[in-house]
Amino acid sequence: MPEATAHSIAPLGITRDRLATFVIWSAALLVTGLFLWLISDILLGGITRLSWAFLTEPPFDAGRSGGIGPIIVSTGLILLVAIAASVPPALGTAILLAEFSRRESLFGRSVRLSLDVLAGVPSIVFGLFGNAFFCIYLGLGFSILSGGLTLACMVLPILIRTAEEGLRSAPDDYRLAAAALGLSRSAALMHLLLPTAMPALIAGLMLGIGRAMAETAALIFTSGYVDRMPDSLWDSGRALSVHIYDLTMNVAGGDANARAAALVLVVLLLLVNGAAMTLADRWRNARIVTA
Amino acid sequence: MSQSLNDDLNRFDHTVDPEMDNSAYTLGPLQAGPPCCHPRPLIRVEHLSVRYGEKPALEEITLDIHRGCITALIGPSGCGKTTFLSVLNRLTDMIPGCRVAGRVRMGSTDLLHPALDVQALRREVGMIFQKPVPFPLSIRRNIELSLLEHRITKRSELDGIVEQVLTDVGLWNEVKDRLNAPAPALSGGQQQRLCIARALALEPGILLMDEPCSALDPIASGVVEDLIQRLRGRYTVIIVTHNLAQARRIANYAGFFWVKERAGTLIEFGQCRQIFESPNQDLTAAYVSGKRG
Ligand SMILES: Nc1ncnc2c1ncn2[C@@H]1O[C@H](COP(=O)(O)OP(=O)(O)O)[C@@H](O)[C@H]1O
Ligand SMILES: [Mg+2]
Repeated sequence: MPEATAHSIAPLGITRDRLATFVIWSAALLVTGLFLWLISDILLGGITRLSWAFLTEPPFDAGRSGGIGPIIVSTGLILLVAIAASVPPALGTAILLAEFSRRESLFGRSVRLSLDVLAGVPSIVFGLFGNAFFCIYLGLGFSILSGGLTLACMVLPILIRTAEEGLRSAPDDYRLAAAALGLSRSAALMHLLLPTAMPALIAGLMLGIGRAMAETAALIFTSGYVDRMPDSLWDSGRALSVHIYDLTMNVAGGDANARAAALVLVVLLLLVNGAAMTLADRWRNARIVTA
Repeated sequence: MSQSLNDDLNRFDHTVDPEMDNSAYTLGPLQAGPPCCHPRPLIRVEHLSVRYGEKPALEEITLDIHRGCITALIGPSGCGKTTFLSVLNRLTDMIPGCRVAGRVRMGSTDLLHPALDVQALRREVGMIFQKPVPFPLSIRRNIELSLLEHRITKRSELDGIVEQVLTDVGLWNEVKDRLNAPAPALSGGQQQRLCIARALALEPGILLMDEPCSALDPIASGVVEDLIQRLRGRYTVIIVTHNLAQARRIANYAGFFWVKERAGTLIEFGQCRQIFESPNQDLTAAYVSGKRG
């Protein structure tokens, strides 16, 4: 009897395993293929237009010709404002949630719920809010500052939640051992828990940056359309994604430049992510290896 | 606090074992057998009770910890030994809902006083955990971290302390060429000795050790046990151990805990030899002879 069962189960089990392997592999291949297709499409469409002049010159004829110089600058400034305005409060909130409140506490639960709802709010809603609050109520007008602050609000939930999870993943043993050595909580946080959580913090930051750089809806009503070189943060500035959107949707004959701009956007994204990772590694190693 | 306690710590004559190579150590030679020290209470615990929320963990513990001696706490799991240790360095403060009642004094200091400087207390009372907890930092920085908090920042001074404590735990020769390597890469026994070194760097008078050998293999466990013996006299050691033979080998005093009516109580406390050879309580006799537990 046992032999019979063994015989009848084994082939079926093997087929099932093979099927599972097949499904998993094809899913993986599909995703990778999609990504390669996307990249090659952008690359093929955009690379011919790409030149130093394209990267530095201002756009002419609504973007059909000329470059994207001012737009890259505006994008960078909007991103800087967004990061500068979101990272400190996000870190502070995450520390409060992870280190100074219990996971099940009413405070923690309600803050987390609000964040999760906020994270799911469509970006156009953030755009309208940013327009009403930053542009009109605070009188910042259509400006890089308004756009950056709106993006900061938009990425805040992701940053807080990933940072909180990162901090919580540092084992409690560290907290106890640090306390037993007479370390204050802030010292333990600075020298032990934050470095341990650093990979998660950086991953969250990169998610946030990715979302911010891809954003159009939240920016159209806040940082605006103006494609001139901005003089200050109070000037309106057109972000890359807004430019791409405008070229493809509103400007006949703008497709080729739209693809070139998209290529620049993707490369910028990769560069920013790479830089963030390198910085994080440096910082970690500095903590770990030297005094 | 640290200074006065260290100044009048009892120093003991060590019996030199000529067979032992002691060159790597500065703590003095290994002691043969557990001599009984002259009882001079350093910490007096009276009617100590601890509860987690509504659940009592310890009930009415009264005992004295003697200066310079090794005190072993034995008993089955869950009888509150770890809880007892964490009262002595106020790690209980970190556990929400934990209530401590009774009196615990060190000299004239009330260790349970709400306004006590717990950071200073924890520098005076070091703690070693069951599982070695090396921080994910370099070996050197593991030791320096708490010193920096102590406002010791001079490079030469830091280097001196690092070498001193690593030598004290017999680790210096093993790691002196790779002080900047990550500490988690060390072996389990080395990690535990690093944790002891880390605690010694703060010049504590008292060391609490919560089953320091139970996560280690027998060889590493033997090395750490030797080290603990070397700490005798210079430090007051309270060690929790499930290894009765080990308690018998190293301890001067022993306390036997047992769960009674769902709370941990101290069944018997006395000189180690007496607890193991002529216990007053039947329960103790049954436990140390392996009939119960
Ligand atoms: N943080 C905690 N919260 C609630 N109960 C705890 C906590 N730590 C320990 N206890 C309980 O207190 C009792 C004593 O635990 P412990 O001191 O760890 O015993 P031992 O170290 O002797 O095994 C156990 O019943 C345990 O479940
Ligand atoms: Mg325990």
